[in-house]
Amino acid sequence: MNEKLNAAAVVQVAALEKGFGKGEARALALKGTDFTAFAGELHLITGPSGCGKTTLLSVIAGTLAVDAGVVTVFGQALSTMKKGAVTRFRREHIGFIFQQFNLIPTLTLAENVSVPLLLNGSGRRKAERRATELLAQVGLGGRERDLPRNLSGGQQQRVAIARALVHDPPLIICDEPTSALDRETGHKIMELLQSVARGPERAVLVVTHDPRVYEFADRRSEMEDGRVLRVLTGADARQHGE
Amino acid sequence: MSGAHMFHLSLKMLFGDRAKFIMLLMGVVFASFLMTQQSSVFWGLMSWTTSHLRNIHAKIWVVEHKVEQANELKPLRDTDVSRVRSVEGVAWAVPMYAGILQARLSDGNFKPVMCIGLDSATLVGAPSAIREGLLEDIRLPNCVMIDQEAEKKLKVDGKKPLGVGDVFEINDREARVVGLCTTQKHFFGYPYIFTTYDQALQFAPKQRKMLSCVLAEPALGWTAEESARAIEAATGLKAYTEPEFEKSTLIWYFKNTGIPFSFGTVVILGFLVGTAVVGQTFYTFVLENLKHLGALKAMGASDWLLTRMILLQALTVGLLGYGIGVGLAAVFGLGTLKKGEPPFNMRWEFPVGVAVLVTLICLLAGLLGVLKVRRVEPAIVFRG
Repeated sequence: MNEKLNAAAVVQVAALEKGFGKGEARALALKGTDFTAFAGELHLITGPSGCGKTTLLSVIAGTLAVDAGVVTVFGQALSTMKKGAVTRFRREHIGFIFQQFNLIPTLTLAENVSVPLLLNGSGRRKAERRATELLAQVGLGGRERDLPRNLSGGQQQRVAIARALVHDPPLIICDEPTSALDRETGHKIMELLQSVARGPERAVLVVTHDPRVYEFADRRSEMEDGRVLRVLTGADARQHGE
Repeated sequence: MSGAHMFHLSLKMLFGDRAKFIMLLMGVVFASFLMTQQSSVFWGLMSWTTSHLRNIHAKIWVVEHKVEQANELKPLRDTDVSRVRSVEGVAWAVPMYAGILQARLSDGNFKPVMCIGLDSATLVGAPSAIREGLLEDIRLPNCVMIDQEAEKKLKVDGKKPLGVGDVFEINDREARVVGLCTTQKHFFGYPYIFTTYDQALQFAPKQRKMLSCVLAEPALGWTAEESARAIEAATGLKAYTEPEFEKSTLIWYFKNTGIPFSFGTVVILGFLVGTAVVGQTFYTFVLENLKHLGALKAMGASDWLLTRMILLQALTVGLLGYGIGVGLAAVFGLGTLKKGEPPFNMRWEFPVGVAVLVTLICLLAGLLGVLKVRRVEPAIVFRG
């Protein structure tokens, strides 16, 4: 699955343009954006509301088509791939963590976590066994048969993380993973994501507008008005902008 | 097949939302029950229109040339029996009387009865299910055989069911019951009274022509159709084979009564209401699950997989609802068979037809959801 991994830059975006609407109502969300993410890093994408960070994340995830520019993920140009191939690429290479967790309420935790494996063609038993292991890793061992509604927000996000990791994808994409959580729980979730990013051939991209989580960043891209204004690394990345 | 194991989860998503599932199920149950039950009652009612033909079996019915249905026989001349007998291709022919007469009960009440007069020598056209007494005894003076409806409706002193040995009056003539038989219910609910042709003419009010029809048998080597056509050609009368008379009777009721229209309206209503309830509920179910389906799409579920998952959900509801609905219709039918009414005749075509319609309802409902899901961009999940 990971044979095409580029050990350095795993995501490369160049001169990306993406607009919404038609005619005079058309608004550009990304205006010639460049962006690079590296393996082994937790990369935050920050910026004010409407600056285009979620659009950038959607394009990198292959859930949104681009108007112009190049998007390369693990050496594969998503921007030129056909829809079916992008779907397959997403299924095999990307793990998703959503702001609202998006766990299916009528499925057990193990079933929710096993979804990416089932989508990739694994058998039910094998998938649920692996899901049980992942749930234990995120601190929810023994609760495989529980339903999401019996869990707190933080626990639900842990389940979402387990789901994102269950098929061992090299790229984890997180959209505001702490915005629905209190400070302490958000901290724990970010610690977990940080440990996930430490994998040798894995990168974690996090879109956030929550400065409290900057301290977990290995790299931070600040966006404004559809462009990446600057990229900060090390201590600079962890510094609050305000 | 990639994602094939997702079907199990799609069913869990369906069954997990109990309120929606029950609502969907009820919609399909309602539609299946209504369509099956109303079709069966309709066909039961239609089968009553031809019960005359099954109660009086004959291969060929010769009637006045304008007669189109079995419940309305116009009288023939007595000589017509001989004319039919003389036709080549006819093995034998016998007269029969069928008329509605007034029976006077012991308590003074009157009830209309269907009096059947059979050829005295052969008793052709006699009922096939005799429960008590001997058929031959109807040859005795003023003697009759009655069916189960007569037992119930012509009660002695308004209490005791009429039985063997009891007497009542038909047109001021005494009629003595010598036997009990079972018949299929007449369309108008008249009790059947069987007697000989000669005695039936005594019971009936005098008219210029008294012969209701001629029952005939094709000669050896002739089919019933060939024989019937030969009779028509030779006599100018109308000759029906039993299936032809049944078909003609049914067509007459279709054309001349509002029965098919009213039952057809209810069946169509069942289909439309079922479609509306199931379609709307299923669409709401899909809408409520849209963000989860969007998440699945983002995680790599193809449109084709989601389409199959949604159609599986819709068809599962259809199958369960259909089973319960048709099962309830069958239970209703068993109940009516015990009571004898309302009429109920569930032909195999009805459950099959309803299965097709329910599948159509579910596919329509599922396709509404599929169209919605296919239009959803997976990026929807990043919009909070």
